[in-house]
Amino acid sequence: MSLDLILRIGTKLILPFILLFALYVQFHGEYGPGGGFQAGVITAGMVILFAITFGLRAAKRIAPQALVERMVPLGVLIFAGTGVLGLLLGHNYLDYGPLAHDPAHGRVLGIFLVEAGVLVTVSGTMTALFYAFAERGR
Amino acid sequence: MRQRSLFGVVILSGVYSFLMASVLIVLDAVDVAMTEASVGAGVSTVLLLATLHLTKTTEATSFRGTMIPLFVAVVTGAALIWSTFDLPPFGTAEAPIHKHVAPYYLENSLRETTVPNVVTSVLADYRGYDTLGETTVIFTAGIGVMLLLRGARRRDRAADVEGSS
Repeated sequence: MSLDLILRIGTKLILPFILLFALYVQFHGEYGPGGGFQAGVITAGMVILFAITFGLRAAKRIAPQALVERMVPLGVLIFAGTGVLGLLLGHNYLDYGPLAHDPAHGRVLGIFLVEAGVLVTVSGTMTALFYAFAERGR
Repeated sequence: MRQRSLFGVVILSGVYSFLMASVLIVLDAVDVAMTEASVGAGVSTVLLLATLHLTKTTEATSFRGTMIPLFVAVVTGAALIWSTFDLPPFGTAEAPIHKHVAPYYLENSLRETTVPNVVTSVLADYRGYDTLGETTVIFTAGIGVMLLLRGARRRDRAADVEGSS
């Protein structure tokens, strides 16, 4: 295991920054480039890098398979649920205006929720796909 | 040039995705460039390599001729290039795509949503249905692949148990 010392230390050093960048892309998507989709892929990329370096079992400790697979439908539920919330408040489906007193603030909140849903689904799907492929190879 | 090693093909497609991301940056489409770099060059390459891990890594030799595929490729390429002559000049403000709803988004997005990045407000708010559809596509694709790969494994195991008992 001494041969891949550089890989192991390098991965450990770089992982928090990848996650931080993913969060930045997620929460700064309203101001700069990015959003839920890109952040989800970057988060999944972090897990995949961890799995490639430290093995599938270690990766499943930090991102359990059951959780990852539940995230796949959960994100769509968050997205569609935000739309239903608009319906329940007496407006159109996916109209975020009524979520707050000021329609503009409601839209910001709606965009935030929707992007969170996209993040959950995309990161969950990409990680679950990688798990499914990696397991199959053994 | 002929590349029979699928490993090389996967790496080349990753390189192509990165080049496309650079092209998209030149076109000022930073959001799309970011998606292309992370999905096209990152996750797709990893998943394709994982697929190669499950299958053979060299392309099977085809017994059919190459003339028909070449003909189809040349005709399709020629038709695409021919159709670009009808496109409006590159970057012009008079293009139909800039005249429909784009001005409304650009003028009213900041006031209606207070989100400075118009791409985000169009994706998540004005075109929320599209994004919901995209998310559902990813959900469906993920569920499908998981059912195929993991379902087959369970069946293998069940067959093993039945065979051994």
